[in-house]
Amino acid sequence: MATYDWLFNMVGLRAWCDTDASTGPMSMAQLLAKTGNSAPEPSYTFAFPSLDELNKACGQIAQTRDVIKGLEDGFLAIRPALRTVLDPITQPLSWMLDGTLYLFTTAPWFLIMAVMLIAVWYATYSLSVVIFNAFCLSFFAFVDHFEPAMQTFAVILVCTIISALLGVPIGIAMSKYNRLQRAIIPVLDLLQTLPTFVYLIPLIFLFPIGESRLYGIAIVLYAIVPVIRLTDLGVRLVDKDVVEAGNAFGMSPAQKLGKVELPLALPNIMAGLNQTIMMSLAMVVIASMVTAPGLGVLVLRGIRNLELGVGLMAGVCIVLLAVMLDRTSKAALSRIDRTKTEM
Amino acid sequence: MTQTPKVSLRGLYKIFGSDDKAVLQHAKAGMSKENLLVSHQHVLGLKDINVEMQAGEITVVMGLSGSGKSTLIRHLNRLIEPTDGEILVDGVDIMKLSTLDLRHMRQNKMSMVFQKFALLPHRTVLQNAAMALNIQGAATEDQEGEAKKWLDRVGLGGFENHYPSQLSGGMQQRVGIARALTSNSDIMLMDEAFSALDPLIRTDMQDLLLELQVELKKTIVFITHDLDEALKLADHLVILKDGAVIQQGEPQSILMAPSDPYIEDFVSDINRARVLRIRSVMQELTEGKFAGDVDANDNLESLIATSGGDTSLRYRVVENGKPVGELDMRELVKALVPRISSSETGTRYH
Repeated sequence: MATYDWLFNMVGLRAWCDTDASTGPMSMAQLLAKTGNSAPEPSYTFAFPSLDELNKACGQIAQTRDVIKGLEDGFLAIRPALRTVLDPITQPLSWMLDGTLYLFTTAPWFLIMAVMLIAVWYATYSLSVVIFNAFCLSFFAFVDHFEPAMQTFAVILVCTIISALLGVPIGIAMSKYNRLQRAIIPVLDLLQTLPTFVYLIPLIFLFPIGESRLYGIAIVLYAIVPVIRLTDLGVRLVDKDVVEAGNAFGMSPAQKLGKVELPLALPNIMAGLNQTIMMSLAMVVIASMVTAPGLGVLVLRGIRNLELGVGLMAGVCIVLLAVMLDRTSKAALSRIDRTKTEM
Repeated sequence: MTQTPKVSLRGLYKIFGSDDKAVLQHAKAGMSKENLLVSHQHVLGLKDINVEMQAGEITVVMGLSGSGKSTLIRHLNRLIEPTDGEILVDGVDIMKLSTLDLRHMRQNKMSMVFQKFALLPHRTVLQNAAMALNIQGAATEDQEGEAKKWLDRVGLGGFENHYPSQLSGGMQQRVGIARALTSNSDIMLMDEAFSALDPLIRTDMQDLLLELQVELKKTIVFITHDLDEALKLADHLVILKDGAVIQQGEPQSILMAPSDPYIEDFVSDINRARVLRIRSVMQELTEGKFAGDVDANDNLESLIATSGGDTSLRYRVVENGKPVGELDMRELVKALVPRISSSETGTRYH
């Protein structure tokens, strides 16, 4: 006797319910009841009319676990189609990640340090930032964490570049078309609010574990949001008078974009990139659960094996890497600002 | 007039709003700006504008804020599309131009100077001045040579590698003028070009513009809200109020015969001695003794200085060496008083 028998009796569906009544697997509670040592069911219950509860009254109603099974089957059914589309598109991401990782793990440490410090100098023209970078890199090497740190950095580098390559054009398009902006903003909100673990679940089923694009996609999806938002904002905030001057002198739309809008929006775009870099770093640690290499792996080991020291040391390195990336990208941003406003 | 005008506007209407074409008939039927706003929620920007701008002249469009003068100048290069009417430049109706032709016209025929300068902040002064040629895709040496030449001409030699933000407002506007001149277009549109500058710098810039104009003979359309500036620069003065032209013509004649209380009010506040020219107040030549010769194009102020303030004198007025009239100092003093004094009109519009 179930709580909602009366409902089906009342609307006259009893006969329909009882035709080939469920002989399928029973719930745990029913199995226990069969053995005879379960708690006796209370004579009166007022349970919420959930799927399970309705199923007790009418065998034709699906149980919640059937719905979950259905979701899974549905996803698995569209998986081949999704894969044929996504495989070729995302393959270059795997190649880029693998190539960059190979480069950063096989090149000698002094070469990597030299190239990175020179790059930092040309991006920032700030001696103090270069010195700070040199200190951080030396610290990684000193505590024998240089390789995982460089793996993490390589992943961030590739994902940031991909995010910029995709995000900036999307942001520009959004700034030009209000409709597109209205359509994309909810997607961006979704990407930002979705818990990071939730990204990983469908990706695991879509791509074989061990392929680097698996975590690459998760990181790009998470980190692309700020660069899109701030490019859109930056282009919209460009001084209308200067754009009008471009029009008055007969600029084509492409010239306006290249000579006026993008240069004037650059500080905002750079601020977006800074955020993208920081979010990539956050995600690359979490993505170590799906085989992303680097410092995250050590953190994960610390958690899994309760190796406190390993986790703490990796944590310190991550903090240093984060500060290093943040300082460098902000210094590059302020260099751009400087050439535009003062001097 | 036998000469064909460089730019002419014919029956130009501009109505701001979503359904401007439908509201146009009401505006044409003479509905006022206020009624149009109340009953149709559309703003009347310009109303039946007919202006002809001659080649080589400075046409000044003057009006208070909200009178539609900035809207008007933006119609000349179609930064704003009119609701109705024709805009002829060199006899071509620019409303019929394709996007590409319009772009070419903006590149080659018209240049513009802006109130807020609108320079590119990330480019040097030289690159800013060369902007027009850069857009046209000229070779870098040509761009820089031409830009340098005009920067020197507006007095900014030596500042080529500075950035706009390092310059004062007056200097930035000189860059704006050099940019317009570098494009080598016949027509220059100046939208309140000097309004953001302080008075002394503004006078300097006006002098610079007049000096350049003697040599270059561009067709200049100048927008201002300042009557002194308008009278100083204008060959042809157009006065706008609420989107309609209320008087246009030679500035001296507007000054001597304002057709509307609105203009009288404007006119009553200015320094007439400096603005009025002798030719505007002289009488017919008669026989007699003259204290001396004066040029017809001098202003009254210079004559007062020459005479030392003696009102009993009489001068012969000459133009290009020929006597054309005479001027009694007493007549001059009378002309200094406007038909309606500023104290009487002061309360009407302020």
